[in-house]
Amino acid sequence: MTGTLAGHPGLPRLLAGLDQSGRTMSQSEHERIHGALPHLSAHELIDAVQASGLRGRGGADFPTAVKLRALAARRRVSAVVVNGSETEPASAKDRLLLSRLPHLVLDGAMLAAEAVGAREVIVKLNERAASSLHAVAGALPLRQRDPVPVRLIAAPDGYVTGEETAVMHFLNGGAPIPTFVPPRPFERGYQGRPTLVQNAETLAQLALVARFGPRWFRELGTVADPGSALVTISGAVADPGVYELAFGTPMTDLLAAAGGATEPLRALLVGGYFGTWVDSASALGLRLAREDLRSVGCQLGSGVLIALGESACGLHESARVASYLAEQSAGQCGPCVHGLRAVADSLEALADGGAHPRERDRVLRWAGEIRGRGACHHPDGAVRFVESAIEVFGGEIEWHRHNHCTARPAGLPIPASASASASASASAFRSAASEAKR
Amino acid sequence: MSRRLRVNPIACEGHGLCAELLPELIRLDDWGYPIIEPTEVAPELLGLARRAVDACPTLALLIEEIPTRDG
Repeated sequence: MTGTLAGHPGLPRLLAGLDQSGRTMSQSEHERIHGALPHLSAHELIDAVQASGLRGRGGADFPTAVKLRALAARRRVSAVVVNGSETEPASAKDRLLLSRLPHLVLDGAMLAAEAVGAREVIVKLNERAASSLHAVAGALPLRQRDPVPVRLIAAPDGYVTGEETAVMHFLNGGAPIPTFVPPRPFERGYQGRPTLVQNAETLAQLALVARFGPRWFRELGTVADPGSALVTISGAVADPGVYELAFGTPMTDLLAAAGGATEPLRALLVGGYFGTWVDSASALGLRLAREDLRSVGCQLGSGVLIALGESACGLHESARVASYLAEQSAGQCGPCVHGLRAVADSLEALADGGAHPRERDRVLRWAGEIRGRGACHHPDGAVRFVESAIEVFGGEIEWHRHNHCTARPAGLPIPASASASASASASAFRSAASEAKR
Repeated sequence: MSRRLRVNPIACEGHGLCAELLPELIRLDDWGYPIIEPTEVAPELLGLARRAVDACPTLALLIEEIPTRDG
């Protein structure tokens, strides 16, 4: 299911012209809806992006113009990498864009490549995203007027494989695992040269800013958070899917866009598995805006929202996700490898009622100690998730000690072969990593 | 110039020598990996810090020099 809030003026933008057929939009249809790709100088484009206030939509929320300007100031930029990895299991927005609207994303990549003087565009996808691979491969031969060549590269799935240094390492011939920073890709990335890495939605938004201008972009959203965003809503809602909504939209309207809650809600998970649980009482009073989300310690991340119904058990669901995140460690950094496993095991013991309630304090101490001690932000995101689970569901720990919890699984998505394949590939990475060290 | 200690967590294998040599700024977590005080390395500890950096068998401990406004 995809769509927008019924009757909201000015929407859809990115998803304009998209029907429920599942078809990939043709280039002619795309140009009929949005117009041809405009020609802007590097200055014009970067100034327009800066005035629009566009920020990265892959989760890091970094101002796009700052990144463009940093790259434009450097010589010999090797590539613009369209990061379509989307390894967050509950996110579907980049897959939607790349499989249905590849020309919009490619337009943005071309504009960015010209602005920073990149020699090529690399579209990096998750090998599980078959429909995206198919659609982008089909779109490329039609784009005769593109100023720089485009390559399509698929990488193995895995939570950390979409992190930008992992993407660089993979494109440079290594395993898709994060590396120590600095250097960041904008300093030394693909082929050892400065590289611009942008999320697919960010580039799609950029393609619209280039066409219609920053003033138009700011007609939706708030002053601090202009424009629209793609939000993947799942869990206890009638029509889970990707929705395009204006920043500033009340959370209750977001849920309504997805058909409304199917039962009374216990909590919302905002920002995916690196995100934060928020009690439904406080969550329903928020708007889709950074200042609102920050007030309850949240970030929108890559735009994932999961509604947890009262019939589900937040502790058990969180323990399952924590265990998945521990498995998804690239296996390189001690605090992540050992710490996330220990935290996940303790959370599971607390959920199963087999742990002393003081175990909760140990989990929180570990979480505090693990933060900031990996090469990438995987451990940081994982412990933020666990801390919020304890904050929101911690009151239920005592009950779980004395009662058998019979809540049914709420179906928070965990990739099916995650435990088998991730640990197998993680151990392959580990041996590769330890070899590299020698 | 301000100086801070930093660990390359990919290179670190948790030998723990750094915490032995510089307990003022480094302790070990429950799995033997170093936790670094996020503060500046005081001038009187700089010699010990350099010794800890040199002693690391995997060259995972670094002193980062951060330029300050007054140089």
